[in-house]
Amino acid sequence: MLALYLSHHRNAEHPATKGDGLKIAVLEGGRSLERGVSLRTGGRVKDALARLGHEVVSIDADTSLISNLREQKPDLAFLALHGRDGEDGTVQQVLDLLEIPHTSSNAAASARTGDKALAKRRFRAAGLPTPDFYVLDATAVRELAAVELVPTIGERLGWPMILKPALQGSSLGVALAREASEVPAALLSALSYDDRVLFEQYCPGRDLAVAVVGKPDGAVAWPPVEAIPSGDQYDFQARYEIGSAKFECPADLDEATHARACELAVSTFEALQCSGVARVDLILGDDRDLTILEIDSVPGLTQTSLVPLAAEAAGIEFDSLIELMLDLAVTA
Amino acid sequence: MKDTNPNPQKRSGRGDAVAIERYGKLFAARTRSMTSSAMRDLMSITERPEVISLAGGLPDTSTFPKESYAALMSKLAAEELASALQYGPTEGLAAARECIRFVMAAEGITVDPDDVIVTTGGQQVLDLVCKVLIDPGDVIVAEGPTYPGAVSAFTSYEARVEQVPIDADGMDPELLRERLVQLDAEGARPKFIYLIPNFQNPSGVTLSAERRKAILDIAREWEILILEDNPYGLLRYEEDAIPSILEMDGGESVIYLGTFSKILSPGIRLGWVTAPRPVLEKLNLAKQAADLCASSLAQHFVAAYIGGGGWPEYMASLRRIYRDRRDVMLESLTSEMPEGTTWVSPAGGLFVWATLPDYIDTTDLLARALRENVAFVPGRAAWVNGDGGSSLRLNFSGADSDRIREGIRRIGMVVGEQVELYETMVGGSAGAASVEVTSDQTEGARVVPIAPQKRRASGNQG
Repeated sequence: MLALYLSHHRNAEHPATKGDGLKIAVLEGGRSLERGVSLRTGGRVKDALARLGHEVVSIDADTSLISNLREQKPDLAFLALHGRDGEDGTVQQVLDLLEIPHTSSNAAASARTGDKALAKRRFRAAGLPTPDFYVLDATAVRELAAVELVPTIGERLGWPMILKPALQGSSLGVALAREASEVPAALLSALSYDDRVLFEQYCPGRDLAVAVVGKPDGAVAWPPVEAIPSGDQYDFQARYEIGSAKFECPADLDEATHARACELAVSTFEALQCSGVARVDLILGDDRDLTILEIDSVPGLTQTSLVPLAAEAAGIEFDSLIELMLDLAVTA
Repeated sequence: MKDTNPNPQKRSGRGDAVAIERYGKLFAARTRSMTSSAMRDLMSITERPEVISLAGGLPDTSTFPKESYAALMSKLAAEELASALQYGPTEGLAAARECIRFVMAAEGITVDPDDVIVTTGGQQVLDLVCKVLIDPGDVIVAEGPTYPGAVSAFTSYEARVEQVPIDADGMDPELLRERLVQLDAEGARPKFIYLIPNFQNPSGVTLSAERRKAILDIAREWEILILEDNPYGLLRYEEDAIPSILEMDGGESVIYLGTFSKILSPGIRLGWVTAPRPVLEKLNLAKQAADLCASSLAQHFVAAYIGGGGWPEYMASLRRIYRDRRDVMLESLTSEMPEGTTWVSPAGGLFVWATLPDYIDTTDLLARALRENVAFVPGRAAWVNGDGGSSLRLNFSGADSDRIREGIRRIGMVVGEQVELYETMVGGSAGAASVEVTSDQTEGARVVPIAPQKRRASGNQG
């Protein structure tokens, strides 16, 4: 598919394209709080693209993003951006307007997946299981004294509950409130990352991730991966520090649970109309029920990220994963 | 430099799961303490030019006279090039050690250059001292809060770091004694007490003369050493200097660490150590194994510059610049920070340590502050046990006065926003009730608490 795209696409508009490869802009860094993670993803992607014979242009997503893209005229953009701008549809919209194909879902789907509240409403509308939740924003807290609702929310969700910023990844700003008195400080922390905060039912269980690939003939799931943190939380350190979590890939699941996890992940991917490769995070509860926490349409590709591990469990090594993502981008 | 291979062979990304397993098994046990954190990642954003960073510990090297540097390097090239490009003795070049004698004398400390080892920055002294003294599980007693870079050096040798909370006069000897008694009851082995007596990083606090003497007496009584880290002693903007613990000791119980980083340049990577002779000899052997010698080129540069007589004037200019910036920062804090915020007014050094109402987590606040393009160091970095969550360190040497004013205005705004939100949530004036309110900084108020404040437990899901 990539070869076909090349033969049609390479023309006088792209004089910089040489050899058999594409000119690919890797968008990384940016102003997001996950800049560091993004640079780690971007670094690995650039190495892989160079090994695959492509011409790589590294672009930091800042005020010069659009002028850089116009000047460089890449054949394709590889999104290695995480968090704000990169995962909320902003950069996707820029790329759509500049008619540059990219590896991520389109702007509308990205906006849905990047916002945890919007995504969970979609899960619900599609009949997909997700922990109960409520959303409060800073204005409601400030002007409507919405914190008075906390006891009611507590009655409905039970204690403890999770508070998390609507627009933030990598577990940043996520806090566990065990009782109502812990909510104000937890809310303050979450509001440091975003103006809207999810109050979510706490679901203890095993952390599973399923990578879903939006193939032209339908989405498919790769084997679920389980992250088992060395400490008691799958937090930032466990996510990105070799040795801070163990990964089971594929996860040790019975056949029915394995199938159910894959089925839920594919349904989630489709409900949010994603494309490319996305990661669906699930919890396998102590009661053996599976619930969907969130979907990430620009999943991390660092050495401890779950999508490369899932690909590996499916027999696809990292460079082939990157090649597949390019392939999906040009067919989207 | 031209890359002759346009497509260098890099390791492919294959086998992440295998790699994680493989490298995870190979790493030494001591690397378990070498971890990344969300905070460290957030710090990567502070490098962006639009961010006013009050986070670093950077001296302002922009004022170093270019002409002096050019002339010095030309002279070096003409007269000392072969030696500057050569290995040197492990303990350092004689001329550099003579400069160290001169620099220490400027602070009133007498030292024999033969008792000095020139090191690759002060940080190497922390490493070498641990290499020589620390077995896994040994205890190092440090101030709380303390310099996070020291904790990294200590824990990389699997030391157990015990922090004794400080107040406006530094570490309380009685609390130290209590902690030593507790440790003794546990059978733990303290090897040394790590102190930054002057304008401590991060708190800005100076250890009083009485307490220096008392802590030295305790160290002698318990037959443990003191590691006196003094990077900022010459950056004093008011009050009289307090004698160093090294001077009080007379060469028995104190390892003294100095550095050119804050008084000349961190880029030249030169520090030094002096210690009781048996310790110094071991440190020499350890340094030999670590890197043979400090940079000869840098030592020649220091010898030529300080020997040339320009350094005292340069120091005076640095002191003027930093004192003015400190004053701007303190004035800005007074005008911009909401009620319920306290801070230490330092008599020197590079840092102001501020403490916010205890419901504010400064690691999370940093995320909010970065949305306003301003950065600081969250206080938790200065504690090994997760305390200090409501404090933050502000640097006043690395930014000019206008940026300091604007940076503090933005920090004041986001703190004010959080205080207001919290008060809306709990009702009333939560901040003022929980923390002592600072008085007028012009009166030189040194405000406690510097000690930690517990915060809620936090968890994670998803």
